[in-house]
Amino acid sequence: MTAVLGTMLPGVPLLFGLAGLLLPPGDAAEPAPGGRPRSAGEPGRRPAAALGIAGAAISFAVTVFLLAVVEDPIEGGIRWIRFGDLDVTLTFSAGVAALYVALAVCAVSLAVQIYSVDYLHDDPRYAPYAAQVSLFTGAMLLVVCAGDLILLLVGWEVMGICSYLLIGHDRRLPEAPAAAVKAFLVTRVGDVGFLLGVALLGVDAGTFRIEEVLAHDYDAGTLTAALVLILAGVAGKSAQFPLHTWLPDAMAGPTPISALIHAATMVAAGVYVVFRLFPLFTRSPAALAVLGVMAAITVLLGALSATAQDDLKRVLAWSTVSQIGYMTGALAVGSPAAALFHLLTHAAFKALLFLAAGAVIHTVGTNYLSRMGGLRHAMPVTFWSFVIGLGALAGVPPLAGFWSKENVLVAAAHATDGGEPTPAWVAWLVWIAALVGVLITAWYATRLLLRAFFGPSREWSADGPDWEVGFDDARYSPPRAPHDPPGLMRWPILSLAVPSALLGLAAFAPGFRTALELEQPHLDVAVILPLVLLVAGAGTAWWLWRAVPGVDPVLALGRAQPVLANGFYLDTLQHLLVVRPVRALASSLKLVDERVVDATVEGTGAATTRAGTLLAAAHQAALPRAAVAVFTGALLLGVAAAIYGVAS
Amino acid sequence: MHAVIPYVIAALLFGLGVYGVLRRRNAILVLMAVELMLNAVNLIFVTADVTTAAAAPHAGAVFALFVIVLAAAEVGVGLAIVLQLYRLRKIVAVDEVMLEAAPRDEPGQAVR
Repeated sequence: MTAVLGTMLPGVPLLFGLAGLLLPPGDAAEPAPGGRPRSAGEPGRRPAAALGIAGAAISFAVTVFLLAVVEDPIEGGIRWIRFGDLDVTLTFSAGVAALYVALAVCAVSLAVQIYSVDYLHDDPRYAPYAAQVSLFTGAMLLVVCAGDLILLLVGWEVMGICSYLLIGHDRRLPEAPAAAVKAFLVTRVGDVGFLLGVALLGVDAGTFRIEEVLAHDYDAGTLTAALVLILAGVAGKSAQFPLHTWLPDAMAGPTPISALIHAATMVAAGVYVVFRLFPLFTRSPAALAVLGVMAAITVLLGALSATAQDDLKRVLAWSTVSQIGYMTGALAVGSPAAALFHLLTHAAFKALLFLAAGAVIHTVGTNYLSRMGGLRHAMPVTFWSFVIGLGALAGVPPLAGFWSKENVLVAAAHATDGGEPTPAWVAWLVWIAALVGVLITAWYATRLLLRAFFGPSREWSADGPDWEVGFDDARYSPPRAPHDPPGLMRWPILSLAVPSALLGLAAFAPGFRTALELEQPHLDVAVILPLVLLVAGAGTAWWLWRAVPGVDPVLALGRAQPVLANGFYLDTLQHLLVVRPVRALASSLKLVDERVVDATVEGTGAATTRAGTLLAAAHQAALPRAAVAVFTGALLLGVAAAIYGVAS
Repeated sequence: MHAVIPYVIAALLFGLGVYGVLRRRNAILVLMAVELMLNAVNLIFVTADVTTAAAAPHAGAVFALFVIVLAAAEVGVGLAIVLQLYRLRKIVAVDEVMLEAAPRDEPGQAVR
């Protein structure tokens, strides 16, 4: 019974997603009778919306039911295929912790599906969009529930293709296709490592079942190699330091997709995989050290880059990079529970922030903070959602982010004492980076809030905003005045605000704590340091903004601003070091193909034709010449026969 | 009679035939030269039949009969071809026959 339900969990969204792909796209391209474009609720879109929402809702209900019923981890599966003496099984195994992650995925996906109905109300390609969101959700649930590394890999790859499709969804945007290709290729680089790592683990253990892989006794070298390879895939999917460049560009996708990718599915997958394989990581300090260094760099890089962005969504994107750094940092210092807790709270508040940002973009018609301001009175619901979300992001005490971040910091501080599998210097690195991250996070969160919602409203003319709509990922006529979003968009935001505010208190619930193996939260003197840093960061931003009202606090950064705004020019570096050499190689290969391989083939044909023409001309002889040739031939044969006869 | 005499005569006849085939321009004369060669061979067959002890008696004579029949048929076909050639091109000189295909008229141009 539970095994069937466990199979349904990823199966339903996957099936509904595949069914949704069969629906005719472009339902809104042909206007409804009357000439206006079809809107939500009209027959063309209703099946697509119903399939998408039903898929997420059924999964959500199943997860809630399983959480209520199940005590022990669900197991179940069949053998799928046999490669030589390697079994690949279709195994679903979900512990209670996995079910909590699945719950977060389903909740965010449900919110995103409902939100998208209104947000993409006149998108001509809504049906494939909703189906792809379902597929994306199903793939993530597959990763969460997989009991077999190959099955996990399948979900992992389906997510890759879904992210590609969804980021490139809006074909009117010039940057969308490039961003989609970039996301696909950068994560692919990591996925090669992931695939090799999985193969190494599975072949060495003789099975791909995660339970048996975790129990297998690897030798140290193999284990470290396999784990570092897997970390490459994790870095790609979870946007960790060397492979993070795709995430800010992925903002070209529609805003609900950003919420889905950042909160629930794509970037969480990497962290979840490390969590799942964590018993192996504890046996390999080298892999943990790599993870820790990666996390420390990512936390600071993401936070610093977020300070100088002018694009609302890019601020949030960089903050995701930094927050995922916290999770991998927690894993690196040997506290998977803290990582998972932060993953859950982050899923709540980042989904809230992105959906609220979508509401802002929807009403203002631009992403640029420099064109917002003073929205507080016009859109109170969105404003308070942002306050809750940013508070949770920065770690303001009663909100969700505070508790989970506190857990990460405590774990890191604890690991600095040594005695853990993690080297102490890595723990120090993670701890310091996390503390500095708190300071910077508070700074940019405050700046974002002040720039968007406070200060003078950058004036609206009588016909709405007097700038052109730069980033319309859902086409709409610019509104005459900013307003709160309509109901279908408002309710997902409001329902996500609740866990963003209160999920942290779940750490006090014993059931939740045992599921995650989380420690009892203890508020001692150690809590003061991050709080001081939080106040310092937020206070600095506020003071800078207050000193010269209406001026971006980022100007205080001076010359560092362009460096930070460009993410330390890592994109340029990547372009120089990877993209251009690869392009040069590709064009030279193309040249070789055209000039050598093609030329050989075509040259063979041309030479044969020419030789044939010559022979044909030689054959066109008049009778005298032909007779001479015949007799000459006969003579030669006779002479040859004579010589042969004499010789023998 | 010594057996060398018919052999030499046959060789001379064959050489005469070769010369005729190579040098004559008139198609009918070329055909006649071919007949000469065939008959040279016939002569050799008959001579060999009577002068050598063959495994199968009179095999040479039988082959000579075959060759005569073949030559008759060949001349029939050859003369027919020559006549047809003469009707089409008004020539019987073998080195004036054009071997390149005449450019075919385009259908559209033919109507015009």
